[in-house]
Amino acid sequence: MMAILKRELSSYFTSPIGYVFLAVFYFFSGLFFYSVLYSNTTDITYVFSGLFTVLLFIVPLLTMRLLSEEKKQKTDQLLLTAPVSLTGLVMGKFLAALCMYAIALSVTVVYALILAGFASPEWMVVIGNIFGALLLGAALISIGLFISSMTENQMIAAVGSFAVMMFILMMDSFATMLPAAFSFVGTLLQSLSFMTRYTELTTGILNIGTVLFFVSVAVVFNFLTVRVLEKRRWS
Amino acid sequence: MIEVKNLTKVYGDKRAVDGISFTVNQGEILGFLGPNGAGKSTTMNILTGYISSSSGEARIGEFDILENPLEAKRRIGYLPEHPPLYLDMTVQAYLEFVYQLKKVRMPMKPHIDDVCRRVKITNVQNRIIKNLSKGYRQRVGLAQALLGNPDVLILDEPTVGLDPKQIIEIRSLIKTLGERHTVILSSHILSEVQAVCDRVIVINKGKLVADDTADHLSHALTQDFRYIARIEGPEAEVEKLLSSLPGMESVECHGMKEEGVYEYTLEAQKDTDIRRNLFARLAERNWPLLGLKTTELTLEDIFLRLTSDQPVDMDEPDNGPMPDPREVPLENRAEHAVVSLDESAVEEAEAAEAAEKSTENGGGEV
Repeated sequence: MMAILKRELSSYFTSPIGYVFLAVFYFFSGLFFYSVLYSNTTDITYVFSGLFTVLLFIVPLLTMRLLSEEKKQKTDQLLLTAPVSLTGLVMGKFLAALCMYAIALSVTVVYALILAGFASPEWMVVIGNIFGALLLGAALISIGLFISSMTENQMIAAVGSFAVMMFILMMDSFATMLPAAFSFVGTLLQSLSFMTRYTELTTGILNIGTVLFFVSVAVVFNFLTVRVLEKRRWS
Repeated sequence: MIEVKNLTKVYGDKRAVDGISFTVNQGEILGFLGPNGAGKSTTMNILTGYISSSSGEARIGEFDILENPLEAKRRIGYLPEHPPLYLDMTVQAYLEFVYQLKKVRMPMKPHIDDVCRRVKITNVQNRIIKNLSKGYRQRVGLAQALLGNPDVLILDEPTVGLDPKQIIEIRSLIKTLGERHTVILSSHILSEVQAVCDRVIVINKGKLVADDTADHLSHALTQDFRYIARIEGPEAEVEKLLSSLPGMESVECHGMKEEGVYEYTLEAQKDTDIRRNLFARLAERNWPLLGLKTTELTLEDIFLRLTSDQPVDMDEPDNGPMPDPREVPLENRAEHAVVSLDESAVEEAEAAEAAEKSTENGGGEV
């Protein structure tokens, strides 16, 4: 698992993908941070709530080639015949993307420190925000990884992930648009809303239910990814 | 060391591997011979745990590949048909990755250097794999399989894409590997298998059609009483003389090949060696025999022969492990019946396969 994690992490930096991801992330978070500074506040929440939409668009960059490219280049033959369990393999990939994401996210610590230079921010809110963003990232990455495991074309994986991410973004508005007869679907969608839960985290409310929700999403999709790989050997 | 019992893999309604059983002993080099699509790669993929079998079992040492995959895989080095290389890495970084992936316990740097020396890639160790030629990539793939000194090496067509010099090098490397490892190697080149392997298994359409030592097999297969002779002398008279030789079945003239020299195909009766007699009689008449060779069996001939109705004339008749109908499970019997009813279609497919094969070999295989 460590070997896979290390290789994936270094491959982010030997291809443009890692840099594009970091550049886009830094650009938007910088923009949001600028507006925080501009509005003369130490409330960093705006940076994180703004990042929600950005993340939905750039997380597929991290995950699109994780498994699809292995299949295409036939390097999965190396991984699947090595003495590594499928769970270890998927976790290696997942953690590599999560590490990359954490590297990007670490810039917000710098922002918080800059703010601290002016006046002390509410540290618990800052920590809660960073923690929430990590949870959201873990959930989104596991979804992207799952989609990547189902195809051997990284473009299809990317487009598929974008579609799912868009759906996650618009889930709440879909829920309100549904006709009365389908209100139960609306309730279901609302109860699965990523946005409401994440917004709640960014306001500094650390709800165990919310934490469990994101962790469960990550666990479920990583589990499904393992199943997809397992199924491929049996078909 | 390797034990395979009744291995079967079904894709939809196609049986890619159909009830194959064999064992490989420690330190043996086993050759898998078969046309494309015969099930060689599938069998190897099952042995290495890349895909699972539909039924049957495969054991590496005392570990079943399905029940105890991690232990079994630890003992295998696998070079698939397409070497599984990360093109954007350097050879060194790639080998370090595989080293860590396989959790090798030997000291890393000397071990990787040693493997690189053995497959002769030391000079490209710091180059990016993308920029390497096919031959070097193949060797990096081989190096990857050798990492950790696994007991069992499974090599799927290891010499494809190499130039003749490299082929000879890789073959001799595999031979030396056979001293320390148990090796299974697949190929569709008969001479390669003959040169390298102690024992040969021939697979066709997912079935095992022969399992014997290379010598026995080639003996059984090339014990062909057909010769091509070049004889200087008047065509009609020579032909008459040849036909009158005891034990001669048929004589066919192919016309003049050099000035006054004609080429003939001679077919003798089984178990008759006509060569001495032929020489003596020609010498009597003072017609020089300029060349005499047995017709070389191409791989296509061998497959047609091994897969045709007539059993191959093996030295030990018991050794031709055609599946015993009594051992075939009930649900398979129906299919066997269908296959035998549809013999002509099967032969057609075979011919097509052979044709494909020959164009492929013509395309600069060696």
